[in-house]
Amino acid sequence: MNRKKLQLFATPYIIWIAAFIIIPLIIVAIYALTDSSGAFTLENIKAIGIPKYARSLGISVLFSLITTAVCFFIAYPIALILKSMKIKNQNFILFIFILPMWMNFLLRTYAWKTILIPNGLLDNILAFFGITGFNFSDSAAAILFGMVYDFLPFMIMPIYNTVIKIDDNLINASRDLGAGYFTTLRKIVFPLSVPGILSGVIMVFVPSLTTFAVSKILGGSKYLLIGDVIENQFMTAYDWHLGAGISFVLMIFIIIYIVIQNFIDKDEGANLI
Amino acid sequence: MAGEKLINLENISKSYGSHTVLDELNLYIRENEFVTLLGPSGCGKTTTLRILGGFEHPDKGRVLFEGEDITRLAPNKRQLNTVFQKYALFSHMTIEENIAFGLKIKKKSKQYIKDKIAYALKLVNLEGFGKRMPDSLSGGQQQRVAIARAIVNEPKVLLLDEPLGALDLKLRQDMQYELIRLKNELGITFVYVTHDQEEALTMSDTIVVMNQGYIQQIGSPEDIYNEPQNAFVADFIGDSNIISGTMIEDKLVEFLGVKFPCVDEGFGNNTPVDVVIRPEDVELGAPGSGRLDGVITNIIFKGVHYEMELMANGFEWLVQSTKFHPVGEHVGINVDPFNIQIMNKPESEDEEAAAIDPEAATLNDD
Repeated sequence: MNRKKLQLFATPYIIWIAAFIIIPLIIVAIYALTDSSGAFTLENIKAIGIPKYARSLGISVLFSLITTAVCFFIAYPIALILKSMKIKNQNFILFIFILPMWMNFLLRTYAWKTILIPNGLLDNILAFFGITGFNFSDSAAAILFGMVYDFLPFMIMPIYNTVIKIDDNLINASRDLGAGYFTTLRKIVFPLSVPGILSGVIMVFVPSLTTFAVSKILGGSKYLLIGDVIENQFMTAYDWHLGAGISFVLMIFIIIYIVIQNFIDKDEGANLI
Repeated sequence: MAGEKLINLENISKSYGSHTVLDELNLYIRENEFVTLLGPSGCGKTTTLRILGGFEHPDKGRVLFEGEDITRLAPNKRQLNTVFQKYALFSHMTIEENIAFGLKIKKKSKQYIKDKIAYALKLVNLEGFGKRMPDSLSGGQQQRVAIARAIVNEPKVLLLDEPLGALDLKLRQDMQYELIRLKNELGITFVYVTHDQEEALTMSDTIVVMNQGYIQQIGSPEDIYNEPQNAFVADFIGDSNIISGTMIEDKLVEFLGVKFPCVDEGFGNNTPVDVVIRPEDVELGAPGSGRLDGVITNIIFKGVHYEMELMANGFEWLVQSTKFHPVGEHVGINVDPFNIQIMNKPESEDEEAAAIDPEAATLNDD
C-alpha cells in the first residue's frame, strides 16, 4: 500500500480530532477571553484570583495530590503482589479490581453516601463494635474516600502492566548479586516501573483535579471543588464566559503539571534513581 | 586439575505439580572444576542450576556447600553468582553501574569498585564500554558484561545458564575459548548448563549427561564420547549407530547376524546388549572385503567429510568418510574391535523412560 492510500485512512481521525478536540478547545478559548457582549476581556481569567475561586482551586489541587498519593500507595503493592503470585487467576483478580469501573460513576458515589451517612452501614457496623461519634459523611475524608475509590483502577492498570513485564531474571540477578528484597525493590523494580507509575499518576491526578459531583454528594457542598465551580457557572449561573475562563486556567495548570512530570521522567529514567 | 569437593547435592527431588523434574539426584562438584550439565530441554539441568543458585528449593534432599547445608539459604547469602540465559542486565544502569551493583551492596570502597570495574572490563575485553547503556551493546558484548558483573564479586562458583544460547555460531565458538581462558585465569569452579553437546565437549572437565530428571552418565568428555553408558548418551552425544545385539562371550559380539570381535568383557554369555558404533569408525572397502556388505543409499558433503547412509543386513548405517562413494555402490563394512562400544540394555523401567528420544523431549519445552 502506498503512502497516499495510507493517508486516506487517516482522514476520519483527522476529522475527529478537529471536530471534537481542536474546535471545542478554540470555542472554550473564545468564551474565556470574551464578555457577554463579545468584547475581549481578561476578567474571566483573572477571576481565579477571587478568593472563593482560588480556595476551590487550592482544595482541588490538594485533594488531587492526596488522592494520587493514596492511589499509588494502594496500587503499587497490589501490582507487586499480583506479579509475585504465580497463578493463572492473575487476570481474574485484576478484573475484580477493575470491575467497579463498569458501574456508573454517580451510582457508585451515591452508594458510598448510603454507606457513610449517619445511621448508615458504616455507622451501624462501628456501633456494633461500640464505636460511636464519628461522622464520615459531609467530610473531606468522605470526598477523598470517594475519589480514591473512583480513580484507583486508573492507577492499578498502568502500574500492573509495567510491573508484570519486568523480567523475573532481573530480580533473580539482583538477588544473586547480594541484594535483599528491599534493595531489589528500590534499585531494580521501582526504577523499572517508573513509566507505569508516571502514567498512573497522570491518569489519576488529571481527572481528580477536574472532578465534580463527588464533593457535592459526599462532602455536602462544604468543599466546593474547582470542577463544581465550573459546573455551577454553566448549569446554574449561566455565565459561560466565567466557566470557560476558569476551565482555561485549569487546563493551563494541567499542561504545566504534565510538562514538569515529563521533564522529571526523562531525568529519572536515565540516571537519577 | 580439580581439587576438593566443594558442592554436594544429596538426593535432590523436585516436582512441579505431578511433573517430576528431578528424582533423587546425587552429584558432587569439585573445586576449580568445569562441570557441564548437558541434556535436552526439560531434563532438569536448569532446575539443578536454579537450586544451586537458591532460586528454587528442592522438595527433598540437601545442598551442601563446603560441608554446610545451604538448601534453604537465600540467593543473596550464597557465595556463588549466576550468568543468566538472556544476560538479565539492568537496562536502567550503565555497564559500570551494572558491574558495580554487587560491590556497592557489599559496601566496598569507591576506589576498590573503580579498580574492580577496570579489571573486569579488561578481562572480558570491553575496555571503554563502561559508560554505555546495555541496549547499545551487541548480544556477545552484553553476555560478557553479564560475566563481568558476576565475577567481580569473586564467587567461589560461577553458574552459567545456557549463556551462549542466544549467540550466532561463530560468536559462540569464540566465546567458548573466552570462557575457558576466563576459567583458567580466575581459578574458580564453573557449573555450566547447555543442551549443545559440542559446547559441552569443548569446554568441560566433567560432563553430567541428564535426561528426564536422571543423571545418565558422569565423566570426562572423552569418556562420554568414546564410552557412552547407554543408548541415550550415545545418541545425544554426537551421531552414532545403535544396534541391538547379543554378547556371545567375552570379546565377541553378534549383531545383524554377524559376529564381530570386540574388546569388552564381563557382560556374561549370550546377553542382550546395545552396540554403539560412531559413524567415523565405520570402515568401507570393496564388496566382500569386510564382515558384511551393504549399498550406499544417500550421500551429502559436509565440508571435512562426506556423510553417507548405507543399507546393510536390514540396518541403515550412518557413515562418515573423507572418501566419496556414489549412491548405489556396493561396499564392504568393517569395524575395528576397539571402536565397538557395548552397552547394557536398559534394565529398569526408569532407565527406559529416561532413554527416550531427545528430539521428542525438546518439543514439549518452550
